[in-house]
Amino acid sequence: MNSRLYNSPAGKVFDIFNYVMLGILGILTVLPFLYIIGNSFATEAEITERSFFLIPKVFSFSAYEYIFSSSTIFRSIGVSIFVTVAGTLVNLFFTLTMAYPLSRSDFWGRNVMMNMVIFSMLFGGGMIPTYLVIRGLGLLDSYWALMLPGAISAFNLIVVKNFFQQMPPGLEEAARIDGCSDLGVLWRIVLPLSKPVIATFALFYAVGHWNNFFSALLYISDSDKWPLQVMLRQIVLLSQASVGDMANMDPNFVQPPEQSIKMAVIVVGTIPILLVYPFLQKHFAKGVMLGSIKG
Amino acid sequence: MAAMPMKRESNWKRQIKRNKWLYVLVLPGFLYFVIFKYLPMWGIVIAFQDYQPFLGIRDSQWVGMENFTNFFSNPDFFRLLRNTLVLALYDLIFFFPAPIIIALLLNEIRVAFFKRTIQTLVYVPHFVSMVIIASITYVFLTPQGGVLYDLISWITGKPIDVLASPGSFRPLIIVQMMWKEMGWGTIIFLAALAGVDTEQYEASIVDGAGRLRRMWHITLPAIRTTIVILLILRLGNFLDTGFEQIYLMTNSLNRDVADVFDTYVYTVGITQGAFSYSTAVGLFKSVVGIILVLGSNKLAKKFGHPGIY
Repeated sequence: MNSRLYNSPAGKVFDIFNYVMLGILGILTVLPFLYIIGNSFATEAEITERSFFLIPKVFSFSAYEYIFSSSTIFRSIGVSIFVTVAGTLVNLFFTLTMAYPLSRSDFWGRNVMMNMVIFSMLFGGGMIPTYLVIRGLGLLDSYWALMLPGAISAFNLIVVKNFFQQMPPGLEEAARIDGCSDLGVLWRIVLPLSKPVIATFALFYAVGHWNNFFSALLYISDSDKWPLQVMLRQIVLLSQASVGDMANMDPNFVQPPEQSIKMAVIVVGTIPILLVYPFLQKHFAKGVMLGSIKG
Repeated sequence: MAAMPMKRESNWKRQIKRNKWLYVLVLPGFLYFVIFKYLPMWGIVIAFQDYQPFLGIRDSQWVGMENFTNFFSNPDFFRLLRNTLVLALYDLIFFFPAPIIIALLLNEIRVAFFKRTIQTLVYVPHFVSMVIIASITYVFLTPQGGVLYDLISWITGKPIDVLASPGSFRPLIIVQMMWKEMGWGTIIFLAALAGVDTEQYEASIVDGAGRLRRMWHITLPAIRTTIVILLILRLGNFLDTGFEQIYLMTNSLNRDVADVFDTYVYTVGITQGAFSYSTAVGLFKSVVGIILVLGSNKLAKKFGHPGIY
């Protein structure tokens, strides 16, 4: 681009302003995370003594030792990991098996089913009727309640279906001539060619499961089965009398958590996201664009 | 004439037989939608009943519109409506323009490394759970040594418990929302900006236009369609304030300004067990919501967009 476009004095002032503004924005985004991470390694004394720091003078792992020795927190981390892995597999199974038939133009009933899916995006039964269905199925306090009600995201289903549709039809025909059944075509041809798409949606579903709080709040009252997000709320948000309802406090939780423990639990709750983020980042811009031309 | 339905029937039978594996494949997904999406829709009928769990839907007594009239005559109704609408308005005024402004600023950056770094950073909070966001907010603002609490106290000269004061609830919600989502919101605008013809900029410089002028006359119009569509989409979801965020930030001191339709349905329905009444509240919200969605879709079509559905 022509450099004359930018080199006027007013342009320079604008540039400086622009870099500074965006720089501040970037710092404001990461600073809270850095602060929490830094403080989670600090001793209780240092946190009360110093007002603001990112790197503690004395590194201490005691907060993490406490987390992994406290059976309540440890168990909830296990629940979150299990639900994330199993739930994502459930998501993929349901989404992929439904998307493939719907992508086939020779599938009788496809329009009815597509309309059924689209209508469910516009209108739903709402919180209470859904809760009653889950209760009626006997799924309350079961991990299934965290996985089945959201087994398919209608939006993801449509995107995957459209992706399958765009595959060259010659591939499938060739496989069929070689004697492949529908299942064979899906397993040997369609799925291997869709690996990047499957990986993307697996990551999005997994992040959703890890972050899920609402389903657990609704369907899981047994504190032994609480995922990390619910435990996090108990520890950080409800530990103080001034904020939140004491009535909701888990009576099993005896030890009053200190600042660094709160910070450490927040870090543990965030780390998986920060680990998958580099993998996600490659894909999500494309994903957003795919979504914006849905149909 | 009589042969027609016969022929059709054999036709679909043949179809199913030929593609039987496709029907086996589609079955789990189909059942999912029937059980978890359509069964609850049928369950909405309890909004017109005095639903008793041990009697079930079939034997519970029908009460017509009683649950609705109770809700509309309840003072809670206006409080919820006010809270929901005010939050939605705040959202439109403060949150909605933020990603547009950031996208415009990012678009003017020519150092690719800087641009990428900022983008990478501001997307992160989108993937972090609302519980984490609420927790971070709490840790920063708690009167027990929160850094921001101390800072605010030092600046204003008096201790202000932001978490507990009703007046700061709405600004807090919007600030959280901005911190979490405004970076993410830039993606779609940046994509639209990537398609702008650079020759227009070249031409404008010949005409003597400065940076701000170019932003105003070339860059902004280039993303106008995207802005309009997103605005219309947002109008369609006007009543959706987000359950988790509000629920997590609510406490006994700010409840009066915090309660919105979604949290009310939860409190009255799940924790107090008033299933019929809260289903009626939820249905009221859904119906207004679907009118808004369909209305704004029509609006989108009027603006020359192929429609959202």
